Amino acid sequence: MATTLTPVLTKHWDDPRSWTLETYQRDGGYQALDKALHTDPAALIDEVKNSGLRGRGGAGFPTGLKWSFLPEPDGGPRYLVVNADESEPGTCKDIPLMMATPHILLEGVAITSFAIGCNHAFIYLRGEVVHVYRRLMNAVQEAYDAGLLGKDIGGTGFDLDVTVHAGAGAYECGEETALLDSLEGRRGQPRLKPPFPAVEGLYARPTVVNNVESVASVPSIIANGADWFSGMGTEKSKGYGIFSLSGHVTRPGQYEAPLGITLRELLDMAGGVREGHELKFWTPGGSSTPIFTAAELDVPLDFDSVAAAGSMLGTRALQIFDDTVSVVHAVARWTDFYAHESCGKCTPCREGTYWMKQIMTRLEHGEGTAEDIETLLDVCDNIFGRSFCALGDAATSPVTSGIQHFREEFELGTHTPWWEAFPPEASALFPVATSKETVSA
Amino acid sequence: MTELKHVHAEERAHKSNAILHPQTPLQASAEPYTDEQLAQLNTDIDEIIARYPVKRSALLPILHLVQSVDGYVTGRGVRLCAERLGLTEAEVSGVATFYTQYKRHPNGDYTIGVCTNTLCAVMGGDLIFDAVSEHLGIGHDETTEDGKITLERVECNAACDYAPVVMANWEFFDKQTPESAVRMADDLRAGKDVVPTRGAAKVCTFKHIERVLAGFPDEHANEGVGAGEQSLEGLRLAHQNDWRAPGDEGGPLSEEPVQNTAITDETGGPLPGEPHSSADRQED
Repeated sequence: MATTLTPVLTKHWDDPRSWTLETYQRDGGYQALDKALHTDPAALIDEVKNSGLRGRGGAGFPTGLKWSFLPEPDGGPRYLVVNADESEPGTCKDIPLMMATPHILLEGVAITSFAIGCNHAFIYLRGEVVHVYRRLMNAVQEAYDAGLLGKDIGGTGFDLDVTVHAGAGAYECGEETALLDSLEGRRGQPRLKPPFPAVEGLYARPTVVNNVESVASVPSIIANGADWFSGMGTEKSKGYGIFSLSGHVTRPGQYEAPLGITLRELLDMAGGVREGHELKFWTPGGSSTPIFTAAELDVPLDFDSVAAAGSMLGTRALQIFDDTVSVVHAVARWTDFYAHESCGKCTPCREGTYWMKQIMTRLEHGEGTAEDIETLLDVCDNIFGRSFCALGDAATSPVTSGIQHFREEFELGTHTPWWEAFPPEASALFPVATSKETVSA
Repeated sequence: MTELKHVHAEERAHKSNAILHPQTPLQASAEPYTDEQLAQLNTDIDEIIARYPVKRSALLPILHLVQSVDGYVTGRGVRLCAERLGLTEAEVSGVATFYTQYKRHPNGDYTIGVCTNTLCAVMGGDLIFDAVSEHLGIGHDETTEDGKITLERVECNAACDYAPVVMANWEFFDKQTPESAVRMADDLRAGKDVVPTRGAAKVCTFKHIERVLAGFPDEHANEGVGAGEQSLEGLRLAHQNDWRAPGDEGGPLSEEPVQNTAITDETGGPLPGEPHSSADRQED
């Protein structure tokens, strides 16, 4: 049977005033918190472990296992920090979730905090989404007013404060240790691990850092049980997740489905690739995951299958590019992005992205040299695995996978500008009037 | 129809290895705060510091607060942060210059940020940036002479299903065209109320938004849609086919796509066909 959609996180996005506590509670919201507060915290951690939930922020580390890495309580503070810094190019699931139903995240925060013994949780939201910040602050206030946050929640003696913190524009802060540095009021640069945040995280105290979608999945797991969750998805990638389709697709949008669904199935649901065009390449999980082509349409979108096919599931950010698009241009712009966002801490990433950018720019202009492709691969080889965090590795993904699948377009870059081979107006989603003399520079 | 009048963004941006996001150094401001300003700032700073177990965590919100008063990160703002948090001015500047939302020179009343990361750029963002840039006569990180509009290229803003995306003071303008973005810029410049696709009932000023980003709520949280059209595509399809997660007995599904009707009233987005609406980009 073909895979069908399974709205859980997105189920109430179309409710009128979906963001309010009243709406959320009418639909059963905060009942899982009530159940959790009357459950042994260790049993909650086991439940999430048994569900097989893997981190939804890209890396796919088992969430319950991450929680269990916290050392025994020593009387000092322990923290939950929600990574709401959604910035990976192509990724657009957490922001609509928090805009539409912030309380599902807050309920997850409260349950997770209770499970790990945290009394002060933080939500680190990227700063460039002011209306989402309003909705989160509003939801936190509603929850305090209703006694769902604050002192002695539900008469159980459990205290929890939640602070929603706005960042200020830096992709790197999506990396968990950079996020912690940023939350501490510093430049957002990654820390050397170990020690891992579980041992020394925020303010050098035991800390769990989880993605928004991971934490928002917790209430449904506690409400329905680990078996319910693990009944969806695949052997090693349990449950549901939000798949974000964007680009040259008829109906771009958010599609919540069991892990293991394929792009072919999702494209069918979304009306296919833009009319009159063919799929050329796509990212399974954001720009940091090596690109795929039509050959991978039937790869199950779960952690292991995507990895076996040579990429990463990442954040399920499915960016679709049709046959009008220049691979060199697309890769060059991603390279610009990584060069711009490299925090500068590690030399291979800082310098490597800088040099890749120069080379990609030459290739865009049709001024590349015969050695450029090999030089790019060599630079990638010198970046990959040689930096503190994954940004450096990520910067190599579009370049190496682009060359792997479309080497001829990089060769084209030694003599033909991309915009002559792939006129940009053909890719735009709105009609563009052009004439010869205006297109050429 | 968009007339493609000019060279590609790449042509201009990459001349002599120029960078896409050039930034100027921090500008100092020697003029001290008035007593009144300082009293209010200190009250607000006390409140921000109280949110955190360790006071240095207050630095990012306080820098947003400084911008809500000064319109950018001023020398006096840096000094105030340093004094209040027990840091050196160099430490504060080091943080302020790391993050792109902290402005190094006086910002316009409205920041228009055109997403030119790959997906939006290819879907038309480059053409939009060029059109707005040409229309306003300014480039990236530059401000119109009347101090109204600052133009920026922004990186992915997590709304890719609505590409091409333009942000105005960090409110979403979805599925834009060169025409809709230019009109939005003109309307903001003319002081008209401009309605985001998903966001508050109108775009507020840069200083207003910076105060919100410092963690001081305004009265706009209940305005606008819960979810936009694209966010609901999957859910709509699930409703049509009666697809549910296991154990989901159905329950109160909305009879009507409520959010789509909500955007037709005065608290929401524009009517289809109105300026800034998604209809702007419909193929003809």
